[in-house]
Amino acid sequence: MRNIIEIEKVAKFYGDFAALTDIDLNITEGEVVCVIGPSGSGKSTLIRCINLLETYAEGGTIRVDGIPVEAGPNLDQVRAEVGMVFQSFNLFPHMSVLKNVMLAPMRVRKSSSKDAEAKALDLLKRVGISEQADKFPGQLSGGQQQRVAIARALAMEPRVLLFDEPTSALDPEMVGEVLDVMRTLAGTGVTMIVVTHEMGFARQVADRVILMNGGQIVEAGTPEQIFDAPKEERTRDFLSAVLNH
Amino acid sequence: MDLFETFFNVPVLVRTFPLLISGLIVTLQIGITSIVSGLVLGLGLALVRMYAPAALRLPVMIYIDIFRSIPLLVLLIIVYYALPFIGIRLSPFLSAVVALTLVSGAYTAEIFRAGIQAIPKGQFEASRALGLSYKDMMVDVVLPQAIKIVIPPLTNNCINVMKDTALASVVAMPDLLKQATQAQALAANPTPLIGAAIIYLAFLWPLVTLVSRFENRLNQRGA
Ligand SMILES: Nc1ncnc2c1ncn2[C@@H]1O[C@H](COP(=O)(O)OP(=O)(O)OP(=O)(O)O)[C@@H](O)[C@H]1O
Ligand SMILES: [Mg+2]
Repeated sequence: MRNIIEIEKVAKFYGDFAALTDIDLNITEGEVVCVIGPSGSGKSTLIRCINLLETYAEGGTIRVDGIPVEAGPNLDQVRAEVGMVFQSFNLFPHMSVLKNVMLAPMRVRKSSSKDAEAKALDLLKRVGISEQADKFPGQLSGGQQQRVAIARALAMEPRVLLFDEPTSALDPEMVGEVLDVMRTLAGTGVTMIVVTHEMGFARQVADRVILMNGGQIVEAGTPEQIFDAPKEERTRDFLSAVLNH
Repeated sequence: MDLFETFFNVPVLVRTFPLLISGLIVTLQIGITSIVSGLVLGLGLALVRMYAPAALRLPVMIYIDIFRSIPLLVLLIIVYYALPFIGIRLSPFLSAVVALTLVSGAYTAEIFRAGIQAIPKGQFEASRALGLSYKDMMVDVVLPQAIKIVIPPLTNNCINVMKDTALASVVAMPDLLKQATQAQALAANPTPLIGAAIIYLAFLWPLVTLVSRFENRLNQRGA
């Protein structure tokens, strides 16, 4: 299996503070990776480096499908291949749901508005919101908004989808509907990196679980290895803290 | 009765009315030209001020501060009376428009900057994550949202520019105020001045109430 994402020696500093140190990670095409770990451990920073929402220190490299992730002419290409879903949805509030999903394909992929609309309607159906296509984001529930955000990311036909705690801002009764959509996606061959506190989802859906602490990858393995037989002390501490709260 | 005859002398008003209207047209020409060019200048300055390399940002910040500090009348007199000494000779109309635009652009730049900075960071991040170019991000995502925020302060700025057009009368521009003072001298009666004041009120008052209405609506929505 070929690597779609290659991360080598990546570090990130805020002033003197190291948010990430010496990260090495390869992710194969179609893999679903869940990233877990305590607050402040660098999970968001790591996935935000993959589409250069955060810059990383010189000396490290990240490649997506072989293309180096760096400021310059390749960046738009990388970003077009890498979709992102945020904790706070970040839908465009002044556009209808449909327009939210149509915008990037029209601007970046130069799709005609007819093609973009047909695809957007199709995606909205897939995430179960075709009835709300003409509404504005503010008129939808959090769960519905997050599903629109997923459709918006999918409209670019990305090879990789990054999720940064996609259910953390949701009321508990809406978490399930978003996780269901993500579970369906995981079977479609798109590579997914999911930062999450939903241990059930990670155990059930992930091919690999990565535990971060203090800006480093502490342990990585199959869900069974991580949840049932963690090797590292810090993994055990983290798991007992989240599973017993 | 006497007072009324003096300040609201109907025959005088009727006689000088065409003069006042021609002055009003000049006032509107100066005002609208300055407002439009000030908007363009301000948007450009705001974008440079926020996103350009530091070497460009600094001069723009200095520009904005200088032109918000300098009294407009002083600037206008410099443009009209001092620039000819270095060979730059502008007509009264251009002098007024240039001075008003330079100042209005500085204020508008700050208004646009505040508007754009009020857009949540997540909107920029979502745009960039989708691969939108800088231009598309601004045109499709950021500016449409910023416009709603900046409309009340921009309207306020328009009112200020319109009021400040009256200063053009000092560089011999036949604007509303100038025509009114001339008519007053001709008729030996102050009625044209009162007429001019009423005309200013007639088109600026509605704008002022419009701003209040915008602001009330924004407050309600925020609450
Ligand atoms: N802009 C910034 N300036 C300074 N420090 C920052 C900045 N952004 C993040 N950090 C620090 O970097 C560290 C890693 O942050 P990050 O957001 O990646 O953590 P996280 O694992 O995603 O945590 P959470 O579960 O709370 O989202 C934290 O200690 C955070 O305080
Ligand atoms: Mg985070």
